[in-house]
Amino acid sequence: MSSPAISCVGLKKHYGDVKAVDGLDLEVAPGECFGLLGPNGAGKTTTIEILEGLTIPDSGEVTVLGRRWGSHERELRERLGVSLQESRLTEKLTVYETLELFRSFYERGRSPEQLMADLSLEEKRDARVGKLSGGQRQRLAVACALAGDPEILFLDEPTTGLDPQSRLQLWERIAAYKAAGRTVLLTTHYMEEAERLCDRVAIVDHGRIIALGTPEQLVAGLQAPHFVEFTTEPPIDEALLTAVAGIGERRRRDGRWFVGSSSLADTVPSLLSALDKAGARLVTLSTHRSTLEDVFISLTGRELRDE
Amino acid sequence: MSRPELDERRPGESRPHQRQPSERKPPLYTLTRARILEFVREPEALFWVFAFPIIMALVLGFAFRDRPPDPLAVGVVEGPAASAISQALEKSGLVKPRMYPDREAGLHGLRTGKITLLVEEPDGTGPVYLFDTTRPDARLARLEVDAAIQRARGRTDPSPARVVLIQEKGSRYIDFLLPGILGLNLMGTGIWGVGFSIVNARLKKTLKLMVATPMRKSDFLLAQMLSRFIFLVLEVGIILAFGVWAFQVPIRGALWLLGLTTVVGSVTFAGVGLLVVARARTLEAASGLMNLVMVPMWLLSGVFFSSERFPAAAQPFIKALPLTALNDALRAVMLEGSGLAAIAGPLAVLAAWALVSFAVALRIFRWQ
Repeated sequence: MSSPAISCVGLKKHYGDVKAVDGLDLEVAPGECFGLLGPNGAGKTTTIEILEGLTIPDSGEVTVLGRRWGSHERELRERLGVSLQESRLTEKLTVYETLELFRSFYERGRSPEQLMADLSLEEKRDARVGKLSGGQRQRLAVACALAGDPEILFLDEPTTGLDPQSRLQLWERIAAYKAAGRTVLLTTHYMEEAERLCDRVAIVDHGRIIALGTPEQLVAGLQAPHFVEFTTEPPIDEALLTAVAGIGERRRRDGRWFVGSSSLADTVPSLLSALDKAGARLVTLSTHRSTLEDVFISLTGRELRDE
Repeated sequence: MSRPELDERRPGESRPHQRQPSERKPPLYTLTRARILEFVREPEALFWVFAFPIIMALVLGFAFRDRPPDPLAVGVVEGPAASAISQALEKSGLVKPRMYPDREAGLHGLRTGKITLLVEEPDGTGPVYLFDTTRPDARLARLEVDAAIQRARGRTDPSPARVVLIQEKGSRYIDFLLPGILGLNLMGTGIWGVGFSIVNARLKKTLKLMVATPMRKSDFLLAQMLSRFIFLVLEVGIILAFGVWAFQVPIRGALWLLGLTTVVGSVTFAGVGLLVVARARTLEAASGLMNLVMVPMWLLSGVFFSSERFPAAAQPFIKALPLTALNDALRAVMLEGSGLAAIAGPLAVLAAWALVSFAVALRIFRWQ
């Protein structure tokens, strides 16, 4: 493997008593789309901002494109694109003016016209930023990050708060950028986003990486490739589940059972007969393939969306 | 698949991904333009840039409208001599008598500012004047009233004086005041305009987004100062035009010199504005700091009255304030017709403030 696009070792950053980042190592290969997945407050934003050179870590080493922030800041800025969480572009400028502004900061880059084409913003060329929808604004933010035609794109929660269609649109653009061989580092608390876009994912909790791998590897690491979700009337005890075939992890949340299963073909009939025997009526039943969310829950016992 | 290589390239050399050449505008230009557009598209901000000088000018116009001075209002307490006193005062034309039934009512009139002086003659041994000696208009009223009463009672002046009225343009209060208002306005819009936009951009993390690009921080700050030029024409133009048209305030010096002075002044105060909000995180903190900086200058820097009134020991400090320097230079050019050499001192003070503010702001500026 060629030298990493981004690497950091032993990253630590605390704010007062809060350890936002607590000894984090990671390495992102060139051309890779790497996701930091975790709940709010896990330290994702602090981590990505340290890698972007915007926050100085208390300790730890950061190397980006083989350079260090302290000595090569300006060169690195020319070669990176950054989209921040919750940053707002000036509302009074038009899309074109905004792109022209950001383009002017870079020695080389893509023209406003190309950027608008890349992110389907041509129709909004002369619209004020304040009049754009959330999705359009977010696309514009990404377009600004791409103004210098960067080698690495940093995206902090790129689709948070967007409607599904806007999200899909943005995913396509990020995928297209990556397809050109560029490197992407993104943070997200949407497991679907990580699964769709990322070659590798680091699951972050309390400022540390608790799991790292491709989405497939992480999911495969679970004992159960499937999950069965059901509710019954009357509610059943956990003891009843021990008789069900092929189940692993089980948990109950708000009266709803989540049961990991190695094989749905074994588990579902076995579950139904067990319920039948106990005289419990099935109210709802659904199954899903295990996701990164299940990985997160099985690692931490909490849900990603917990805030 | 081609991948970006991580070799020892120097910036500017060709990269594996050929960046498309595209016309790149100078960042100082795009930043300045962005700032100007942002401002002119903000109706409230525009309103204040126009409205402040216009309101100021209207108030001045009302206060200094071209007519003889109002007679001073004087109270007379009812008594045996009251009507004779009142008639004498009426006849003088310089004071306007007003009757009060008793001393208590008259004192109330005095306290509430309806009259400047109260006359009473309870026992026929001569008039009694009640007034506040710290009020110049009250002291003036005492002289006028006393002269009117004594003359009515038969005093003759051994050598009657003649009076010649002078209304020379350039020596009236309005002539003194207008350059001060101009300076005040340049300071206010400079500091407020820059201050609030910076804090806003900081709160919305627009600044943080910009420092994540290769933008030069000095370009950004410089653009804030340069963008003041455009508003200058409006602000200065309105106040000057009104002053010249309504009050015939003279502009004795060269117009280019007046222009230069206002440009230097406005850039300086934009720089001071940058420094004031260099670290402020909230709008409340910023407006507190801005007032802290501006209010002393409103009072000390000779806007409404000459700064010479302050003790000599304070003069070096007062002279070093940017608003004092700006006001001195504006008055020198407008009223005395001074040339560049004569105002080099104040201009140097302004330039020093501009440079130091910019340099310090650049060092301590909080970008996120």
